[in-house]
Amino acid sequence: MSPAQKPRSASPEPVALHEHAEENLRYIRATMENATSFTGVSGRGYFLAGVSAIVAAWLAARQSTQAAWLLVWMLELLLAGGVALGMTAFKASRQGKPLWSSSGRKLLLAFIPAMTAGGVLTLALFLRNDTTLLPGIWLCLYGAAVMTAGVWSVRILPLMGALFLSAGSLVLLTPVPPDLMLGLSFGGLHIVFGILVWRHHGG
Amino acid sequence: MVAKSQMQEISEEAPPAMQVAGAHNSQEIGNNLDRLIHERTRLALVSALAANPVLSFNDLKSLLQMSDGNLSAHARKLEDAGYIACSKSFDGRLPRTEFRLTESGRSALQRYIAHMEALILAMKNL
Repeated sequence: MSPAQKPRSASPEPVALHEHAEENLRYIRATMENATSFTGVSGRGYFLAGVSAIVAAWLAARQSTQAAWLLVWMLELLLAGGVALGMTAFKASRQGKPLWSSSGRKLLLAFIPAMTAGGVLTLALFLRNDTTLLPGIWLCLYGAAVMTAGVWSVRILPLMGALFLSAGSLVLLTPVPPDLMLGLSFGGLHIVFGILVWRHHGG
Repeated sequence: MVAKSQMQEISEEAPPAMQVAGAHNSQEIGNNLDRLIHERTRLALVSALAANPVLSFNDLKSLLQMSDGNLSAHARKLEDAGYIACSKSFDGRLPRTEFRLTESGRSALQRYIAHMEALILAMKNL
């Protein structure tokens, strides 16, 4: 039950008082549950991750081997992940909220499965010397991870996830240049949504 | 004061139909019902703040799907009653308003929940 939906009966039939009291208690519980979404995601963290992704896309496009190309993106994953996590921890601490709150744990648990699948597919395709599908797979799985995890966080995150998923589908199904889409998505989307989160939910 | 029945207290903002059933019971329980919190929007505000150490104005607005004016008006009433505390700061150049539930507000919510539970018990024991 959404807190915004005021569950009042329009029926002319009498409503027992204890039912009204029970409804009030359910309303309090639902509001408290909805209010525990994790708002500690850092807009500045996303912004910086986006900037680093644009640099990584530029660097990766200049590599001559698959291994070097993959190495650039793996280093970018570590760098961007570290920056985003560090900034999120800093923001949560500034808000007086624990990083591992109930909603923070749910967010992480929702994020991990799709990312793990992405890691396994990356390794498998690299061992087969075929990395051509990786950009689309990364974008799709990262989008799926963000959409799922975003349920426990600020409302615009699932939208960002959906856009990543769309970008991944484009890369997999059309001849659009993969490195360009990686730069536009991991770079551009993170920068845009980082600014939005920063403005509406703090840095 | 006894004449202030539980029905008058609890149903001030409830549909008229609610004033029919159980109107002659649990007067004592309802006498101390906190009208300030009983209003749905303020109940939501206090409940949301009870689940978080602090929430920004934008977090609350998004969470409770309220307009700026509506949220400001209800938050002001709770602040005036000492149930919530408001702090204003800057995040870079952006102004940031944050709300916290005070001890008084937390006690008020606990009392309200206790009232609701007592009311349910009383009505079921009829």
